Amino acid sequence: MNWTKTLRVTSVLVVIFIAVFLSFPLNEKINLGLDLQGGSHVILECVDTPNALVDNDAVNRVLEIIRNRIDQLGVSEPVIQRQGATRILVQLPGVADPEAAVDLIGKTALLEFKDEKGETQLTGAHLINAKSSFDQFSRSVVSIEFDKIGAKEFGEATKNNVGKILAITLDGKEISAPVVQEPILDGKAQITGKFTVESANHLAILLRAGALPVKVEILENRSVGPTLGRDSISRGIKAGIVGLILILIFMLIFYKGFGLVADFALVVCMILIVGALAGLKATLTLPGIAGIILTIGMAVDANILIFERIKEELRLEKTFRASIDAGFNKAFNTIFDANVTTLIAALALFYFGSGPIKGFAVTLSIGILASMFTAIVVTKIVLEVVAVKFNHKALL
Amino acid sequence: MDLIGKKGFDFIKNRKIAYIISVIIILVGLISIIFQGFNLGIDFAGGTLLQIKFDKSVSTTEVRNVLSEFNLSQSTIQNLSENEFVIRIGKIDSEQRTEILTAFKENLTDLEVLRVETVGPVIGENLKKLAFYALLFAFIGIILYITVRFEFKFSIVSILALCHDSLIVLGIFSLLQKEITISIIAAVMTIVGYSINNTIVILDRLRENIKFKTREPFENLINMSINQSLSRTINTTLTTIIPILTLYFFGGNILSDFALALFIGMLAGTYSSIFIASPLLLEWNKIFKIHQKGIKISREKDKK
Repeated sequence: MNWTKTLRVTSVLVVIFIAVFLSFPLNEKINLGLDLQGGSHVILECVDTPNALVDNDAVNRVLEIIRNRIDQLGVSEPVIQRQGATRILVQLPGVADPEAAVDLIGKTALLEFKDEKGETQLTGAHLINAKSSFDQFSRSVVSIEFDKIGAKEFGEATKNNVGKILAITLDGKEISAPVVQEPILDGKAQITGKFTVESANHLAILLRAGALPVKVEILENRSVGPTLGRDSISRGIKAGIVGLILILIFMLIFYKGFGLVADFALVVCMILIVGALAGLKATLTLPGIAGIILTIGMAVDANILIFERIKEELRLEKTFRASIDAGFNKAFNTIFDANVTTLIAALALFYFGSGPIKGFAVTLSIGILASMFTAIVVTKIVLEVVAVKFNHKALL
Repeated sequence: MDLIGKKGFDFIKNRKIAYIISVIIILVGLISIIFQGFNLGIDFAGGTLLQIKFDKSVSTTEVRNVLSEFNLSQSTIQNLSENEFVIRIGKIDSEQRTEILTAFKENLTDLEVLRVETVGPVIGENLKKLAFYALLFAFIGIILYITVRFEFKFSIVSILALCHDSLIVLGIFSLLQKEITISIIAAVMTIVGYSINNTIVILDRLRENIKFKTREPFENLINMSINQSLSRTINTTLTTIIPILTLYFFGGNILSDFALALFIGMLAGTYSSIFIASPLLLEWNKIFKIHQKGIKISREKDKK
C-alpha cells in the first residue's frame, strides 16, 4: 500500500471509530422522540372570554403558571414555549400518564366557594398553600391554607353559612358540597371529595400554582403512553433488522464478491447514521426509524450503480484497476444527482413538517449523506485494496 | 457495432401501451378523488383518535354500542387485535373523552390508553397548507436542480413522472379510502424524491449517450439508456422494496399505511422511470420539432 492509500484507509477507520464512540452507550446517546418514549405534545391557545381578554401579560402569566404546574408534576426536561401571540407549546417527555398530565396543564383551575344560592363567596386567589393528605378515615383530601385576607374572607363566608351548604367548585364544577358546622377563622380547611391519591395530588398542584388568568383551549394534543412507545421501538428495531438481513443476503446472492463489499459498506453506513444521530443530538422518532430502514434499501443503490458500471467496464476488457476507476468516475455524477434530488425532498419535509415528520426528514437526510459517503469512499477503498490482492473474477 | 450489447426490450416501440396503462390507472384514481374524495385523517380533518387496549377481548360491536350512548356511533373503529382498537371520533373535549373511557371501563373491561391524538380544526387547516407548500417546494426545488444540471425538458418529463407517481398513490388511497395523514404526505414526498432518483439515473445515462454516440437516432439512444440501466433499476427497486415490506409487516399499525404508500409509490416510480419519463422526451422533441444530435435518421424513420 502506498502512502495516500494508507492515509485514506486510516481516515475512514477514524470516522467509523468516532461514530462508534459517539453512539456508545446507545440508550443514553440517542434522543428518543415523544412517540417512542411516551409523552405528550400539546399546543394550547389562550382564548378570550367575556370575563377575561387575552393580552401579552395574560399569556406570560399562563406560561408561568403552566411551568409551575409541570415542575410540580416532576417531569424531566419539559419544553414550555410561547408560540406567536397566543399559543403555547408544551412537550412532556416520559410521563407515565400523559392524559392526566395534559388535563392538568389545560385546566383554568378557578376555585370558588359558593353558597346555596349559587353566589360566589370567595375564590382561591388568596390561597397560600394546598397539599394532598388523608383525613381520619384515610380518605384522600386536599388541605388548603389562606393568607390573611383570604382567611378573613373565608371566615366571613363560613360565618354567614353555618348550617348551610358551602359548595366548593373548580371551573364551575362542584367537587364537594360540605355543610358548614361552625365558622372557620384560622384560614385552614380540608376539601373532601371523591378523590384518589392521584387526583387529590393534582388538585393540590393546581391550587398551589394558581388559576390561569384566561381560558386556554387545547388546539392539538398528541399523547403516547409508555407501553406503545416501547412497543414501537421494538417493532421498529425488528423491521430494521429483518430488512437489513434480507438486503445483506440479497446483495450476496446477486452480486457475490461485490455484494460482500456492498454489505460491508452498508454496515458502515448504519454505524455512521447512528453516530451522526447521536453526535447531532437529533431526536429519533418512529417515522425516523422508518427513514433509517428506508435508507437501508437506498444505501445499497449507490453500490449497485457502481458495480454495474464496473462490470460494464470489465466487459470492455479493461483491467480490474482501470475498471474500478472508470466505474466510479462514471457512476459519481449519477449518484450525486440522484441523491441531491432526494435530499431536496427531505429538506422540504424538514422545513414544513412537524415533530415526528421532522424526525423522518432528519434520518432520511443523514441516511442519504452517509450512504453517499460509504459508497463513494468506503466501497472504493475496499475495492482498491481487494484489487491489489485478487483478480476481478474473485468478485463476480 | 451493436451499441446496446444485447438488444434488450424496445421501450420506445411499446411506449403507447405504457401511456395507456398509466392514463387508465390515474383516471380511475382521479374519478375516485373527485367523487369519493379522500378519507382525511384527524391530522387534516380535526378530531380525536384513541388507541386503547382492553384487558380482555372485546368486539367491535360492543365498542360501538358504548360509543352510541354518546351519539358517536359514526366513529371509525379499527381493531388491531382482539383487544386493541383505534377509534377515530369527531371533535370531543377532554371531559367527554374521560366520560367515554369511564363508560368503556364500566361496560366492558379495564383498559389502557396507548395513544391519544386531538387535533383542532385550526391546526388541521394549517397542516393542509404546510403539506401543500412542502410538496410545492420539493417540486420547484427539483425542477430547478434538474434544469441546472441537465436540461429544462429533462426537468419537465421528470416532474410529469413525479405527478404520475403521486397521483397514483393518492388515487389508490382515495379508492381504498385509506386515511390521509401527515405520514402519508411524508411518504408521497419521499416517493417524489426517490422516483426522481430512478428517473435521473436513466436520464443521466441518456445525457452521456447523447454526448458520445452522436450518430444514433434519438429513440435508439433512449432505448439504449433504459436497457443499460435496467438491471440497476430493477435491483435497486427490489432492495428498496424489501425494507418497505418489512416495515409493512413488522412496523406496527402506525407505520403500515405509511409503508403501503411507499410501496405503491415505489412501484409507480420505477414504472414511470422506465416506461414514461424517457419516452416522453421523444414526444417533447416531436412536439417542438427539435433536432436532437443524430436525430436525422430518426426523422427519416418517422416519415415511413
